[in-house]
Amino acid sequence: MKISRILKTILMVDFLSALLIAVKELFKSKKTINYPFEKGKISPRARGEHALRRYPNGEERCIGCKLCEAICPAQAITIESFERSDGSRKTTKYDIDMLKCIYCGLCEESCPVDAIVQGPNFEFATETREELYYNKEKLLANGDRWESVLAANIKADNPYR
Amino acid sequence: MQEYFYLLLSEIYKILFLLVPVLVSIAMVVWLDRRVWAFVQKRRGPNVVGPFGLLQSLADALKYMFKEIIIPASSNKIIFILAPIVTMTLSLIAWAVIPFSEDFVLSDINVGILYLFAISSLAVYGIIMGGWASNSKYPFLGSIRSAAQMVSYEVSIGIIIINVLLCVGSLNLSDIVLAQEKVWFIIPLFPMFVIFFISALAETNRPPFDLPEAEAELVAGYQTEYSGMMYAMFWLGEYANILLMCSIGSILFLGGWLSPINVYPFDLIPSPVWLILKILLLFILFALVKAIVPRYRYDQLMRLGWKIFLPFSLFWVVLTAGYLLYFNLLPVI
Repeated sequence: MKISRILKTILMVDFLSALLIAVKELFKSKKTINYPFEKGKISPRARGEHALRRYPNGEERCIGCKLCEAICPAQAITIESFERSDGSRKTTKYDIDMLKCIYCGLCEESCPVDAIVQGPNFEFATETREELYYNKEKLLANGDRWESVLAANIKADNPYR
Repeated sequence: MQEYFYLLLSEIYKILFLLVPVLVSIAMVVWLDRRVWAFVQKRRGPNVVGPFGLLQSLADALKYMFKEIIIPASSNKIIFILAPIVTMTLSLIAWAVIPFSEDFVLSDINVGILYLFAISSLAVYGIIMGGWASNSKYPFLGSIRSAAQMVSYEVSIGIIIINVLLCVGSLNLSDIVLAQEKVWFIIPLFPMFVIFFISALAETNRPPFDLPEAEAELVAGYQTEYSGMMYAMFWLGEYANILLMCSIGSILFLGGWLSPINVYPFDLIPSPVWLILKILLLFILFALVKAIVPRYRYDQLMRLGWKIFLPFSLFWVVLTAGYLLYFNLLPVI
């Protein structure tokens, strides 16, 4: 061993320099946020909780084409549809099993009318399994609640498609 | 009969007057530890419960109290329950001899430092009992490691204490502090202070010597099978031990309750405040070390204890004794 190395060990140079760095870091600004009170920025492409959107006049966007049901790799979506008196096809049942869902975003990609989307909400933990079996009412309510954000996100993402 | 009763009552009052602040300060110190650790890593640390998160430990304690205590079926139940009690009791009774000022010490016994040394050696029993009674492999391995580690570092701590005692000539803690009125022992015995600090880290199973509870290898060491309040008692005992080690360090080397500056506005500060400040300073150093140093390997730990610290502190004992003898400075009792 070199003399300088021995001296370094005895005088604990490495330790003291680490201590100095630690004390410096002590007073620097923090890199984390106060999570439940402030939240990090979320990309417009974030794939969070699902929502079914409506047209501005209140009409459901979903036309019951079942493309999302077909493409869903986890087979989490179940759709049943019927023909309405005006000849348009609408859904009677639109269920998503959020526990099966892998949040891949393929349903959103496949939708021809931008009806099913994945919003920015990722905090929808529940206390029972049953609450995570979403039905049509729940999804439409989600859509109504997040509509402004969802529309803005789709618009922001548009140039990249 | 009546006077005995009053005597008992006044003793209990004195004990509570010491123990309650110690227990509260342990809670605060846990918060400080986590906070310093977080700040070094540029995190925020606990800051939600109470102002600056100060009440976090109280919230934790409440949580532990309401948790179920699980006792493994194959464990030795009596020893299993006794272990955390022993750990906590031993770490608290040691506070009896810590002098907070010239006249504020619970029992000013003449062999104070020996008493402290004996109690801190006994602390290993709580860990061994916990590890053995759990009847499970990780706690067992953790307690074996812990026993070996604490025994080996106790040796060098003992020799460091001999160094100080050579300069003082008394085992009484108040005398040790008063002997430092001219110069704190950290100045003539600086290498001993460094070794004492590192040995104290090992003695209290703090990082970088937290091998007994190395979570990467041993889950949580001897605490693995413990839950609820029993775990909290281990945890309390551990921090009480750390605080105790900090206070022993400040009494032996940093001049205890003595004020570093004896000019007008500063000598109005009551002497216990100085001791508390010194303890806090050492504790913050403990917390910083936890944040910056990687964990030692077990053979490195043993090599450091037996092959470096022990010979070096023995050598320093000879040096100190020779110096004192040659210059005729040996303290007269």
